[in-house]
Amino acid sequence: MSDASATNKRAQREAAGPYGKIGQTLNELDDRLGIAKGGRTFMDKIFPDHWSFMLGEIALYSFVILLVTGVFLTLYFVPSVATVIYHGPYKPMDGQRVTEAWDSTMNISFTVRGGLLMRQMHHWACDIFVGAIVVHMARVFFTGAFRKPRELNWTIGLTLLILAIGNGFLGYSLPDDLVSGTGIRIAYSIMESIPFVGSYLAFWVFGGNFPGTATIPRFFILHVLILPLVILGLVGGHLFLLVRQKHTQFPGKGRTEKNVVGSPMFPVFIAKTTGFLFIVGGITALLGAFAQINPIWQFGPYDAARISYAVQPDWYMGFLDGALRIWPSWSFMGFGHTIPLEVFIPAVILPGIIFNVAYLWPLLERKFTKDNEIHHLLDRPSDRPKRTAFGVAVLVFLAMLHIASSTDVIANFFHLSLESTLWGMRILVIVTPIIAYPLAYKICKEMQSYRGGGKRKTPNIVSRTAEGEYVATPTPAYGEDVGHELDATPVPTYIEVEPDEPVESGVRTVDR
Amino acid sequence: MSDLEEHRTPVSLNGLSEDDLRLQPLAKNPQTVERVIAVTFLFGTLFVAAFGASFWVNAKPWILGATMGAGLFLLGVGLVAWGKYLMPRGPFVEERHTLANSDADREAFAAAIVERGGSVVKRRKMLAGILGGGMGIFGIVALFPLLRSLGPLPKGTLFHTDWRKGSYAVDQTGRRVNVGDLAIGSIVTVFPEGTENSDRGQAVDQTVLIRISNQNFTTQKGRETWGPMGYVAYSKLCTHLGCPVGLYEQQLQLLVCPCHQSMFNVTNGAIPQFGPAPRPLPQLPLYIDSNGNIRAQADYDQPVGPGFFERHRVTGSKL
Ligand code: FES
Repeated sequence: MSDASATNKRAQREAAGPYGKIGQTLNELDDRLGIAKGGRTFMDKIFPDHWSFMLGEIALYSFVILLVTGVFLTLYFVPSVATVIYHGPYKPMDGQRVTEAWDSTMNISFTVRGGLLMRQMHHWACDIFVGAIVVHMARVFFTGAFRKPRELNWTIGLTLLILAIGNGFLGYSLPDDLVSGTGIRIAYSIMESIPFVGSYLAFWVFGGNFPGTATIPRFFILHVLILPLVILGLVGGHLFLLVRQKHTQFPGKGRTEKNVVGSPMFPVFIAKTTGFLFIVGGITALLGAFAQINPIWQFGPYDAARISYAVQPDWYMGFLDGALRIWPSWSFMGFGHTIPLEVFIPAVILPGIIFNVAYLWPLLERKFTKDNEIHHLLDRPSDRPKRTAFGVAVLVFLAMLHIASSTDVIANFFHLSLESTLWGMRILVIVTPIIAYPLAYKICKEMQSYRGGGKRKTPNIVSRTAEGEYVATPTPAYGEDVGHELDATPVPTYIEVEPDEPVESGVRTVDR
Repeated sequence: MSDLEEHRTPVSLNGLSEDDLRLQPLAKNPQTVERVIAVTFLFGTLFVAAFGASFWVNAKPWILGATMGAGLFLLGVGLVAWGKYLMPRGPFVEERHTLANSDADREAFAAAIVERGGSVVKRRKMLAGILGGGMGIFGIVALFPLLRSLGPLPKGTLFHTDWRKGSYAVDQTGRRVNVGDLAIGSIVTVFPEGTENSDRGQAVDQTVLIRISNQNFTTQKGRETWGPMGYVAYSKLCTHLGCPVGLYEQQLQLLVCPCHQSMFNVTNGAIPQFGPAPRPLPQLPLYIDSNGNIRAQADYDQPVGPGFFERHRVTGSKL
């Protein structure tokens, strides 16, 4: 009886092959999709390890959070500016005439279970998303990761940044509260400022003279469907190119233009990156729980004739707002026409120049350096002092513009006159990048001459001998065998640490 | 034992020995690390469960966020630590093959496109030309209605407001403003009667009414009759980007725009004194009727709000 069942089991195991049920399933899949070879290669795919390579992951995962929380919000948000009377748990607003958009956002915040948390997480995830993209791009720029063959991925990434900013602005506008309504008003006027076509464009985009009833419904469909789809597609393309071209790596022991050294996709990278998704999600949830963001009940519904004094756009709009503040009030009038240069230059031309230079940068650099080689090894920023200095100058310029978006706060805080703050900012915006360039250049040069800079040093043990002599002996590096000091090896078929039984070298047996 | 042996099959380790350092975990004491991670996971799981429970009982939003956040965070940290400290430390290497194909392949590809397509198109130039033209025209033709159907043409709407000769100035509740209503130095936002609840009224017609003195007030030459009994009215739309110019500094007689701090002097026709606004706020000519109601003599003499291309050069004359 027991003998028979034992034989039976063994027969079953034999039929299943050495990898059991999973192996069987994989075989079935391979019969149909032919995935075994590619799948194995994919499992062995190597991801270089460096902390700065996770910046893109933060962006990706905050986008995932945006999608998840966004779907939740879409279920309750009503994209309409029809007037309703507010009757809800927030008593100070009871009985007020508000729009359905505002009303439903209040409903999400006060009535829907978990709604406020989802709203705040969504908003925080957006701020993190744009921020992570910017920092990730800075990494790519300073390390020269945009060079051939990756110019296209740089372009896609930059487009993603623009779309992220745009979609952030659209989403910010949807609740139709006092602060965001002012933002829409400003966007309308900026569009109107474009010579020749401005007023037509504004009428067509917003469906008529400001405020136009089409604004919120159009913003909604752009925000929840069209732009997310485009972003999703481009993210797919971005990742496809990343896989196809393989990740760049910093120079180091055994790392060449012809290999990739790091951790394999499965299981190491998968574990770390999934953990990272959870961490980003966790931090977003904690921010959503403890850091209030966009409390629309404090602002009240939009009313074109009223304004909140705390007009602050989301952080990624700050540089535009700053530019609009400090640009002088020169308007062109003549030939029976007006060109509102006081708006057109800081709000259209300036970002146009910044983004176009960014788009063209890989080409420009190739022109200047005459470097048409394929690069998979990254530059250390200090090795390319000119590029680094230029990048630093641009970042300083943008940061100054950003600061200029709070001239009134600065003036209040330091008890300065608005006038001197304004002129101070105008000067700083121009002067600081000019100082930053040579300074960064000099620091790079300095770092080049200091070999081994940036490497972790092992502490010395200083001991005194019997003769009274002092001797310094370097401590052994951690474990004498820190990972990156080892030669890299191809991923073996079978990775298992701490074998439970001793086996012959080089061959491992598996339970059948 | 030997019975089991039969059922084992050899798997290559690519010549690595089982105790190769690169296959070992980074952690010095894997057991300890494992225990720490286990605790992290345990607490993470507890928090996630607590999140579920607090959702069930409809707890405060911050409790939901705190439990979910802590749970996800701990699970994530544990997972990263697992990957970093307990899995083979590597480094591992993979070859990077050149993406470019051989010259022969490239040539064949280019030939396929240039020669094949070329001969087809070259031989049928006329067909290709007409087709290309048709598609191009369709593109342009399709684009225009697509844009055009999005909204009306601006026409004159940017040039006029709803203020007319004789319009009563009413406040947000629709109450007509009377000459006795405002003390000197006070300000109220007014609309032409009947528009105070409409979107356009709010967005375009909004006007600030300020009482500067108790005698007729002239802000500029040619506007001698515009400020009866010290009442002057300006468009509330900032000429910079259209924010409502809501802040009145009584001592300095300035209207301040909160968006970018443009300042307009109300005593001299709202000429911008500071900030990025390029033009004065248009002034609305007023009169006081026999009942003491404040009314408009006419519409603004120029477009209100921010600049746009068709806005003509205005020197105070009627448009
Ligand atoms: S909108 Fe008034 S100063 Fe910019």
